[in-house]
Amino acid sequence: MLALALILLANLFLSPEFFHLEIKDGRLYGSLIDVLNRSAPCALLAIGMSLVIATGGIDLSVGAIIAITGAVCANLLNSPFDALTIVILAGLFAGLVAGAANGSLVSIFGIQPIVATLVLMVAGRGIAQLINGGQIVTFQNDAFASIGVGSLLGLPSPVVMFLLVFLLAQFIMRFTALGLFIEAVGCNPTASYYSGLKVRTIKFAVYCFSGICAAIAGMVITADIQGADANNAGLWLELDAILAVVIGGAALTGGRFSLPLTLIGVLIIQAMTTTIIMSGIAPKYNLLIKSLVIITVLLLQSSIFRMQFSRLIARQKMAAGDRA
Amino acid sequence: MSERQPVLQLKGICKRFKGVNALNNVDLELEAGEIHALLGENGAGKSTLIKVMTGAYSKDAGRLELNGIAISPQKPFDAQMAGISTVYQEVNLLPNLSVAHNLYLGREPRRFGCIQWKKIRNDAQNLLRRFELDIDVEALLSSYSIAIQQLIAIARGVDGSAKVLILDEPTASLDAREVATLFRILRGLKESGVAILFVTHFLDQVYELTDRITVLRNGERVGTFATRDLPRNELIAHMLGKELQSIEQTHPCRPPEGTADALLQMTDVSADNGVSGIRFHARRGDAIGLAGLLGSGRSEICSILFGLDGVTSGEIKLVGKPFRPASPSDAIARGFALCPEDRKIEGIADPLSVRENLILALQAQRGWWRPIRFAEEKELVANAIAGLKIVCSDAEKPIGELSGGNQQKVILARWLMTKPQILILDEPTRGIDIGAHAEILQLIRKLCADGMTLIVASSEIEELVAFSNRILVMRDKKLLCTIEGDAISENAVVSAIARPA
Repeated sequence: MLALALILLANLFLSPEFFHLEIKDGRLYGSLIDVLNRSAPCALLAIGMSLVIATGGIDLSVGAIIAITGAVCANLLNSPFDALTIVILAGLFAGLVAGAANGSLVSIFGIQPIVATLVLMVAGRGIAQLINGGQIVTFQNDAFASIGVGSLLGLPSPVVMFLLVFLLAQFIMRFTALGLFIEAVGCNPTASYYSGLKVRTIKFAVYCFSGICAAIAGMVITADIQGADANNAGLWLELDAILAVVIGGAALTGGRFSLPLTLIGVLIIQAMTTTIIMSGIAPKYNLLIKSLVIITVLLLQSSIFRMQFSRLIARQKMAAGDRA
Repeated sequence: MSERQPVLQLKGICKRFKGVNALNNVDLELEAGEIHALLGENGAGKSTLIKVMTGAYSKDAGRLELNGIAISPQKPFDAQMAGISTVYQEVNLLPNLSVAHNLYLGREPRRFGCIQWKKIRNDAQNLLRRFELDIDVEALLSSYSIAIQQLIAIARGVDGSAKVLILDEPTASLDAREVATLFRILRGLKESGVAILFVTHFLDQVYELTDRITVLRNGERVGTFATRDLPRNELIAHMLGKELQSIEQTHPCRPPEGTADALLQMTDVSADNGVSGIRFHARRGDAIGLAGLLGSGRSEICSILFGLDGVTSGEIKLVGKPFRPASPSDAIARGFALCPEDRKIEGIADPLSVRENLILALQAQRGWWRPIRFAEEKELVANAIAGLKIVCSDAEKPIGELSGGNQQKVILARWLMTKPQILILDEPTRGIDIGAHAEILQLIRKLCADGMTLIVASSEIEELVAFSNRILVMRDKKLLCTIEGDAISENAVVSAIARPA
C-alpha cells in the first residue's frame, strides 16, 4: 500500500502529467487509466493465483492457458461459428477444462502442484500451436476486439472486466465461508479433512477458477492485438501474477490470503513499468529497477528484517546519545 | 543432597506476551544428579519457561546461569552446545529421514567433510540398544509408531554431552513398559550426574521418579518441595490454588433407563487398517471406553467410525440402517464427531484464529454458501470459550499461541457446536494437566447425562474406569472382551489386557 503510494508520489515529481485525466469520446484517458488497463491480464491471473496459493498450491500454467484460449477464440472467429457468445463461452470453457486438468492432477492423483501445472505450462503452448496450425492467427471482428480495446462506463473494458471479477471473487470469499475453507485447507489439510471439509473438491475448484481467470485474461490479450500468438501471448505472465500475490503478503505455503492486497501488488508492478517509461529512463533499466523495488517491498514485509532494522536504528541512537 | 552444586540456575525470569505476563519473576535451581519435576496447570508457564531455557524465546528479564556462568542462548542450538538438551512434548524430528540420521542430525560425524554414514549407523544401533529398542535404524522415522518416535527423540536428547536434560511430557504417548525403560535410563543418567527437568501431568510418575518438585501457577513460582515430603493432595492444592475434591472419585455414567434400542451397532467388523472381529452396540447416553496398549487397535475403531479407514467386512448399523462412511464429512452428516489423537496434525489449523478454528466443523457441515452470520458466530464463540473455560485473551489470536489443554478444549468445542449424537474422543487428555483433565472428565459425564453417546479411546485406564459404563478391551487389533457395569474396575481391565492369549 505504502509502496504504491510512494511510486505514485515519485510520479508526481517526475512527470506531473501522470495524473492528468481527460475524457475523449466518452472514455477516460491518462496514465493512471493506462496503468489499470495494462495490468488487467496480470490482475486477472493474480486473483485466481491468490486462491490457488492460499490452498498451498501454485499454478504455473496460466500463461499457457492464455495461449490456448487465444488460439481457440481466434480460430473460432475465422470459422462459421463466429457469434460473440459462442466464442466467449468456448474461450471460458477452454480455460475451465485446462484448470480442471490441473485440479484433477493435484487433488485426485496427489501430484505436487508445481509439477502438475508445469506439465500444462509446457504442453499448453504446444496445444495452442496445434490449434493455430503453427501460425499466428489474426482476425477481423470488431465485437470481439472491443473486449480488449473498447470501453464500458467510461473505463476501458479490460479494467471493467478485472474489477468485476475482483469484486465477485472478493464477495464470494468474504460473504460466504469459502474464504475460510480455502485458508483452512492451506493451513492444515489434514485437520480440515478431519473437520469435514471436502479438501479435494476445494483444491479442484480453485484450479478451475484459476483456469477461468486465465481464460478471461487470454481473451483480453487476444482481443487487444486482434490475433493469437501461441508462443508469446501471456509469456512469463504467471511469474508476475505469483509475484503480485507474494507482494500482497501471502505465503507460498498456503493459509492467509487477501485479494485487495494482491491487486495492490499487481498495480505496484505495473505502475513501476509505466513510471519508468514515462520518466524517460532508458527501457533497458526497466527490469533491474523493477526487481530492486520488489526486493525492497518484500524486505519491508519481512518481520526479521524490520526487527533488525529497528535495532540498528536504536543502536545508532544510543551511540549518538553516548557521544553527546 | 544439600551439598550438591546447582548446575542450572534461573533467577527472576520474566516473559511477557502482548501485555500478558507469561512468567513473572520465576526462580529455578537444577542440581547435578537430580530429577526435578516442573508441575503446573495449563498455561501456568511450564512450556514458556522451558522455551526460555532453551533459547526458543528470549527472556525479558532475569538471569540464566550454567555452572555459575551467565548464559543467554539466542536459539535452541546455542543451548544445546552449552549442554542443555530438550525433548519436546510433540515429536520434533524429521519423519522423512532415517532413524539413524535423525539421531545425529546437525552433528553428523564427518571425515574429510564427508558424513560417515557407517559410523552413524553403528552409533545409532548402540544408542538405541540402551533403550531396548532393537529396530532397523535405516528405516524412515515415519515407519514407526509415535511412541517409538518419542523414545528416539529422547535418545537423541540424552546422547552427547548433555549436562541438563529437559523432558517436556515425555511419557504422554508411551505405554507402561516403555515408561519403565525410560525411567531406568533416566535413573542411570541421574547417577552419572546429569540434571534432569521432568515436566509431566502424571502425578504417579512424579512420585515414582523425582527428587524435588517445583510448582508454577499463573506464571509464578509457588514453591520448590522435596518430593517425599509433599503429600499428593497438598501438591494438587498448590497446582490449582484450591483443594480439589472428587478428582479421584469414580462416577461411572449411569446407563440409560430401560433398554432403549441400539443407536450404533457393529457386527464382526473388519477394516483395512487391520482390526477385525469388532462387535459392540451403543445406546444413547452410553459412555464406551476403548482400552488396550498402544497399537492394540483403539484408535483404529475411531477411524472406522469416522470414515477415515474403509470397512472390508461386517456390518455397521446406525439407528437400524446400514452405515458405511466413506469420508469424515459422511460421518459428520450422520451425527458423528471425532476429537483426533494428534492435535497438532489432525486437530488445529494454525495460524487461523481461535474463532475460525471453533466454527470450522459447523461451517463445513452447513456448506460454504450458508455462512454463519456474524452475530450468531459471536455468540457461539463466546459461549464455547465461557462454557469450556478456554483461557485465551482474544478469540482472534492464532490458535497456536494457546497452551495444549486449551487447544484441546477448542477442538472439543468445535465438535460440540455441531451437536453430534455420537462423540468419539481419541486420547482426549493426552498432554494436558490435571485441571483441564478433571474438566474434560466432568464434561464427558455431563454430555452422557444429556443423552449423547461417547466413545473414548484412552491409554489411561484410571480415566476410562471413571466414566465408562462399558469398556472394550483391545489387543493385537482384535476385540478381547467387553467389561460391563459393576464389573468395571481398574484391576479387571488391567488383568484382561495382561491375560495370556
